[in-house]
Amino acid sequence: MKQCLVVDDSSVIRKVARRILEDLQFEITEAEDGQQALDECRKTMPDAILLDWNMPVMDGLEFLTSLRAEEGGESPIVVFCTTENDVAHIARAIRAGANEYIMKPFDREIVEAKFQEVGLI
Amino acid sequence: MTPGEFEFLKNFLKTRSGLVLSNDKQYLVESRLLPIARSSKLETLSAVIQTLQRSGNRALETDVIEAMTTNESFFFRDKTPFDNFRDTMLPALLQSRSNFKQLKIWCAAASSGQEPYSLAMCLKEEAAKMGGWRTRILGTDLSLEVLEKAKAGLYSQFEVQRGLPIQLLLKYFEQKGDMWQIGAPMRSMIEWKKLNLLENFAHLGEFDIVFCRNVLIYFDQATKSEILARLAKSLPEDGYLVLGAAETVVGLTDAFKPVPGKRGLFQKKPAVHAATGPGASTRFAAGGVAGLRR
Ligand SMILES: C[S@@+](CC[C@H](N)C(=O)[O-])C[C@H]1O[C@@H](n2cnc3c(N)ncnc32)[C@H](O)[C@@H]1O
Repeated sequence: MKQCLVVDDSSVIRKVARRILEDLQFEITEAEDGQQALDECRKTMPDAILLDWNMPVMDGLEFLTSLRAEEGGESPIVVFCTTENDVAHIARAIRAGANEYIMKPFDREIVEAKFQEVGLI
Repeated sequence: MTPGEFEFLKNFLKTRSGLVLSNDKQYLVESRLLPIARSSKLETLSAVIQTLQRSGNRALETDVIEAMTTNESFFFRDKTPFDNFRDTMLPALLQSRSNFKQLKIWCAAASSGQEPYSLAMCLKEEAAKMGGWRTRILGTDLSLEVLEKAKAGLYSQFEVQRGLPIQLLLKYFEQKGDMWQIGAPMRSMIEWKKLNLLENFAHLGEFDIVFCRNVLIYFDQATKSEILARLAKSLPEDGYLVLGAAETVVGLTDAFKPVPGKRGLFQKKPAVHAATGPGASTRFAAGGVAGLRR
C-alpha cells in the first residue's frame, strides 16, 4: 500500500481528502502545518504528499523547499492542493519542485485524475 | 408524454442524429427537454413533441436534437490515444509523408474542443521534429452550441483539471477571471465546422488521422457500420482511425482492423475498402441520410 501524507490546517479538508485517497488504496497520515509535515517525513518518507499552501507555523511552499533539500526528500510526489489559483503561484510551486497542482475546490474526480497524471495510480 | 409521443421522439432522433433511445430513457428525455419546453413557452413535453410532429419549426428541432446529445469530454481523455498519437501515428506519418510535409487530422465528434486541443498541444510538444510541416486539425460536431464553446477555447477551473497536466496548463493557457482560455496560437491550429456524421462527408477530403471517439456508442449497429464504411473512404491506406475506449470495429466492418497491442487504434485492411455495413448500401441508395432531413 502506498503512503500519502495529507497536509492541511483544515480538519474538514483532511477528512475529505483522506476519504478519497483511502478509496484509492492509500494509507494516510495527516499533518496540520508544514513543520508537522516535515517531522512526519523525517520519521517516514511517504510516497505522496497532498499539500495545502496557506497554513500557520510553516506554509506549504516553505515546507516543499525544505523537503526537497532533505536527504531522500526528492522522492515523494508532491501535489499542491490550494485555493491559490493564479499563474504566478502555480509557477512558483512547480519551480520549488511540486509535481502536480490542484486548485480548490476539488472533488474525487480531480484528485483521481491528478494522481493518475503523476503515476501514483 | 404519451407512449406514442415517446415513440415519435425516438424515431425523430434516430433519423436526425442517429441517437438510439431505449424505452428506459424517459427520465433522460424529461431532464433534457423540460428546460426547452419552458424556454420555448410550450411548457410541456407533449407540446414540444406535438410541435415537432407538425414539423417546420427548425429552431425547435435543432434545440431538441442538441439537447439530447451527450457532450462530456476532457483533455487527454483516456490518455492512451494521445500516447499512441505521439509514439505510433506521428513517427510513422512523419516518415511516410516526408516529401509532402503535410498532416491532416479530423476530430469527428469534437464536442467542446478538448480532444482537438489535446492533439494541438501534442503537436506543439513535438514541434522540434516537425520543422517545415503544415498541420491542419479539423474539429466537427453535430451541435453548434458545443462548437461555439470549442472555438472560444474557454474552460472552467474544473474542466482544466481533468486530464490536463499542470505544466501544459501553464504553458498553453491564459487565465481569464475564473476561467482559463487556451492561447491564440493553439486556437489558430484548428478549424471548426458543423457536421452530422449521418450525412455525406466525402467533401471534406482525405485525412491522415481520424479521431471518432465516444459518439458511435450512441448509434445502432447498422448506423455504426455505415459510418465506419464511409470513414474508411476518408483515410488513405496507411491512415489511422481512433475510436473510444468502449468502441471497436469488430463485427461492424471489414474495412478496418485493430492495430495489435494498441487499444482503440485501427487501420484499413489492405485492398478491402468497399462499404460492407448492412445499412450502407440502402442509405446510399436513398440518396444519403441528408435527403431524409427535408
Ligand atoms: C461524448 S462527446 C465525445 C467528445 C470527444 N470525442 C471525446 O471523446 O471526449 C459526443 C459528441 O458527439 C456529438 N454527436 C452526436 N451525434 C452526432 C452526429 N450524428 N454527428 C456528429 N456528431 C454527433 C455530440 O454532439 C457530442 O458533442
